[in-house]
Amino acid sequence: MTKSERTDNRKLDEIRPMKMKIGVIKRADGSAEVEFGDTKVVAAVYGPRQIHPRHQERPDRSVLRCRYNMLPFSVSDRKRPGYDRRSTELGKVITESLQPALFLEEFPKTAIDIDMEITQADAGTRTTAINAASLALAHAGIPMRDLVTSVAAGRANKKLLLDMTKEEEDAPDAVDLPVAMMPRTGKITLLQMDGIVSPEDIEKIVDIAEIGCMKIYEMQKKALLEKYSS
Amino acid sequence: MDKEEIKVEKVKETSPAATKVVVPGDIIKESMDILPGTGAFREGKNIISKVLGIAKTDGRVISVTPLSGVYSPQKWDYVIGEITSINFSNWSVDISGPYEATLPIAEVKGYIERDADLSKHYAIGELIFAKIVDVSKTKYITLTMKDMKSRKISDGFVVDLTPSKVPRLIGKAGSMITMIKQRTNCFLSVGQNGRVWLKGDHEDIACKAIKMIEEHSHTPGLTDKISEMLDKELRKGK
Repeated sequence: MTKSERTDNRKLDEIRPMKMKIGVIKRADGSAEVEFGDTKVVAAVYGPRQIHPRHQERPDRSVLRCRYNMLPFSVSDRKRPGYDRRSTELGKVITESLQPALFLEEFPKTAIDIDMEITQADAGTRTTAINAASLALAHAGIPMRDLVTSVAAGRANKKLLLDMTKEEEDAPDAVDLPVAMMPRTGKITLLQMDGIVSPEDIEKIVDIAEIGCMKIYEMQKKALLEKYSS
Repeated sequence: MDKEEIKVEKVKETSPAATKVVVPGDIIKESMDILPGTGAFREGKNIISKVLGIAKTDGRVISVTPLSGVYSPQKWDYVIGEITSINFSNWSVDISGPYEATLPIAEVKGYIERDADLSKHYAIGELIFAKIVDVSKTKYITLTMKDMKSRKISDGFVVDLTPSKVPRLIGKAGSMITMIKQRTNCFLSVGQNGRVWLKGDHEDIACKAIKMIEEHSHTPGLTDKISEMLDKELRKGK
């Protein structure tokens, strides 16, 4: 393998250097900060708590509400602060990718709120946000079937890559395919795609992402256990 | 028809104090002879942890004590609550969980006159030590003050602890709490919702002990550590 295969001298199936920190926000019930190379996300979990507005209440289960927010300084061109089409969609997509892992029926009539702030963006913010949110949920003591891990894989310059950076994503033939899964059962909870690929390549890309997820899972476990070692 | 032979397997004695920190989704054991307790569930043959916590094996049951999480109200629990609002025939009480509790006038000691000013009995912001008499299916919680231990909290102060760590504060047969009470000469009253009411001579030191339990609840030999800390702090005070 030549060392110039990727812009940052990584192997094709190598994840950017990761950092995970649990309990970064004191006032939240659970929180985590996750770094994937230059992408940095802080997630905070509040609840289960009383739900407002009350009409969202469900008599049989808790309602999971995720807020994805990119800070104005997280990208090179200042992002106009506040909600937009993209953040609303990502909030919904992240909610749906975390929901299957939670025992929401244990807390009827309540809400679980997750806030994810993207402090630095360099591709893969939604996957990093999911990883951070999953750690924050575990830290908040919310019952879960499994942790949720997420990573994107794709294609750039005819090569199939794991965890692409912004630079790689800007390639002319780029395909970006974020995947979230529950590693124990191997169930996929998020699968999106940008670009044009053949069905055979999709399978290959998903396989690469799954291998990446397993690596992240080990890191997540380590981060949680480290918090309570000594 | 064939009669299937029923095998009765002997459950092996598990070693005591077999504790381990687990994360959600961890397979604790693969066995059909063992049952999942609180904080664990079964999927196929495996017993899996639901929460980040400490897995304990007690006979045939594996349960996980969470290291964090909200208070889930149980009937007959004692809780420390704060009056948040006064309604026509009841008080709303915050018991620091996902659900609000209600104290109806029928559950208060003594007779309350018609059209009486309810804030004369319990005003907004006042703290009470009350017992839960009912948790309905829809999580409607009823408190009572018609109980020996129930009272209004008018002096001392109240500190918070993670609800799942309350058993750790109390200790085996109350060993930890009696030690803190005796050494600091404090009166301690623990609500199952994690609020602790304390008043007495060395309130600050008792408070420090509670903070220490909060941070080190997952480590073994906690009682000795607390005892050591209390000795040190009390000597400093003299």
